[in-house]
Amino acid sequence: MIDLLNALLVIVLAMNLFALGTSRIFSVIRIVAAQGALLGALPLLMHQRLSLPVAIAAVAAVALKGIVIPSIMMRALRDAPIKREVEPLIGLLPSIVLGALATAFALLISGPFVNADRGASALIVPASIATILIGFLQLTTRYKAISQAVGYLILENGIYIFGMLLVEAIPLVVEMGMLLDLLVGVFVISIIVNHINRAFSSMDTRRLVSLKE
Amino acid sequence: MAFALIFMPMLMAGLAMAIPSNRLRPWLLPVAAAAHSGLTIYVLMRAELQSPSPWLVLDPLGRLILLVVSGLFLFCSIYAAGYLKYRQERSNRVFCACLLFFLGLMSLIAWSHHLGLLWVAMEATTLVTAPLIYFNRSKRSIEATWKYLLVCSVGIALALLGTFFLAYSAMQGGCTPSLLLEDLVACAPRLSKTWLRAAFILLLVGYGTKMGLAPMHTWKPDAYGESPGVIGAVFAGCVTSCAFLAFLRVYQICAAAGEGVFASRLLLFMGLFSMAVAGLFMIGQRDFKRMLAYSSVEHMGILALGLGIGAPALYGSLLHVATNAATKGLLFLSAGNIHRAYASKSSDQVSGALRRLPLSASLFFAGLFAITGSPPFGPFVSEFAILNGAFAAGRFLVAGLFLLFLLVVFVGMGRTTLKVCLGRAPRADTEAVEGIAYRDTFLTVAPIAALMAIVLLLGIYIPSPLGAMLSDAAKYLGSSI
Repeated sequence: MIDLLNALLVIVLAMNLFALGTSRIFSVIRIVAAQGALLGALPLLMHQRLSLPVAIAAVAAVALKGIVIPSIMMRALRDAPIKREVEPLIGLLPSIVLGALATAFALLISGPFVNADRGASALIVPASIATILIGFLQLTTRYKAISQAVGYLILENGIYIFGMLLVEAIPLVVEMGMLLDLLVGVFVISIIVNHINRAFSSMDTRRLVSLKE
Repeated sequence: MAFALIFMPMLMAGLAMAIPSNRLRPWLLPVAAAAHSGLTIYVLMRAELQSPSPWLVLDPLGRLILLVVSGLFLFCSIYAAGYLKYRQERSNRVFCACLLFFLGLMSLIAWSHHLGLLWVAMEATTLVTAPLIYFNRSKRSIEATWKYLLVCSVGIALALLGTFFLAYSAMQGGCTPSLLLEDLVACAPRLSKTWLRAAFILLLVGYGTKMGLAPMHTWKPDAYGESPGVIGAVFAGCVTSCAFLAFLRVYQICAAAGEGVFASRLLLFMGLFSMAVAGLFMIGQRDFKRMLAYSSVEHMGILALGLGIGAPALYGSLLHVATNAATKGLLFLSAGNIHRAYASKSSDQVSGALRRLPLSASLFFAGLFAITGSPPFGPFVSEFAILNGAFAAGRFLVAGLFLLFLLVVFVGMGRTTLKVCLGRAPRADTEAVEGIAYRDTFLTVAPIAALMAIVLLLGIYIPSPLGAMLSDAAKYLGSSI
């Protein structure tokens, strides 16, 4: 079971780098959706005896992260004239290298803290930290509003990985609340992205510069 | 009772979505707010209603915050009914619904003893308040909303990670992983120190973003500047108080775990840094709403500072939550009136407000002295208590810097406010005020005057029930140190 879990977490880490290296925004959204769906299903593998709350949470997470959220984001992108991330602050190849470095860094620093108890995988903590760092990278180095929102989703995915260690501490109500917040968050962000697109005829956040000292 | 306080405003929000009349809908705000305040006072008097479940407990800190936000929201809602009369050209459906839903979420924050639930409610406040900033539908307000959403969502996401770290530190310490405040405090001495410290930093950054502590304050001037004045008041008084409460929970755990020194060092630094940054940006600030936003950064700094000083300053900090909320409320509401009358919020265009709007401007002018800590207003008493605490704790350097920054802020705020209020009002026929028919009305001035009365009252005499609440809260918070 642990081997399968580890293998899946490695796939999640690979998806991070794949997302960093893709310029078509549709593809990035699809990659992050697949990542979210995979992560949503992981808790099913971690428990020998499947309980109802875990199953409900997993189904909800897969449905939201894999289907609902990406379709909201793709709708927001539909009216945009340019559907690629052109000239990000850090180019695609250098961002992959930086992402790989962040992953290595996460593996290195979390080594001493992790004891693989309770049937949990030793990869969970480093995978979580690496995904969070890569989410930050995506968030800060892309200029298109929707790409930044995708960065936020990667960040959320990273935090979700950490949450897998704490299934007992997070009751179903709270987990559902977190998912609902994410859904509403993406919904509100997509509306604002749409308005940015209409008001500035572009999704480029470099045009949002009228408010400063 | 907890459920009534939480769900009644949310149901009212649903009702607001259903009411078709743009003219009648805003009246739902004061109705719901008055009902909420009534229920709040009833709950505060009945101790047996205050812990309906382990997740929802109204402890002394929650009581104080609930009273502050419910009271301020009541005045803001009356003002909002008057304000929305002037904005009939625009649908206020989403505005009213979001504001009401937000009230329910604030009740949830005040009651919540489960850190996961607390986080869910805090994140939800970010989402329901975003449409409020976007009410004016201008390019500038889109920009402000985008920055707010992005900065606060990321900040709050870090707070979630910090919350997870807390539960994980309990797991590492051999306790059952739980996010209930009581469980974590009971387990505190055994929490894994490394994870606890990491959690504290993440939570300080996360909830600090929502409070607007520097350097995570960057969204604040934009959001406060571009949203209607009443939203500024709700943000500066209610959102920040709730975020401070969330942060107090974390502080309780940290202090119980014997990491109080580590926490207080970070808090002192963040507090002084916020005051310094706010002071710097206030000097030469022409936009009076942005000036108020920086003032909010400064006062969040004062709250963090008071908490960092520890036991002797706790009473002052908690009193400052109340005095800051009331004073910020009155300042933002009166600034909103001045903005409306002049159609500008820059001191280049706005002058002579005392003649143009005698009531709003004189309240704004008096508010300046209140917020900068002059006697006989409330903030003077609370800031003086914090200063006293700093001396009592032997932190003379901190006390000296505190006074210095207060002076810088006074000079910075004073210049802009004097330019706005004094001088000659532009003649009615000049283009600056052409076609703008705003005059002070009962609904848009009475709430400001009432808030001013409260600020004055708190400065002269603290009513004994409030005093008892404050001492209880300070004792409750201090017992964990």
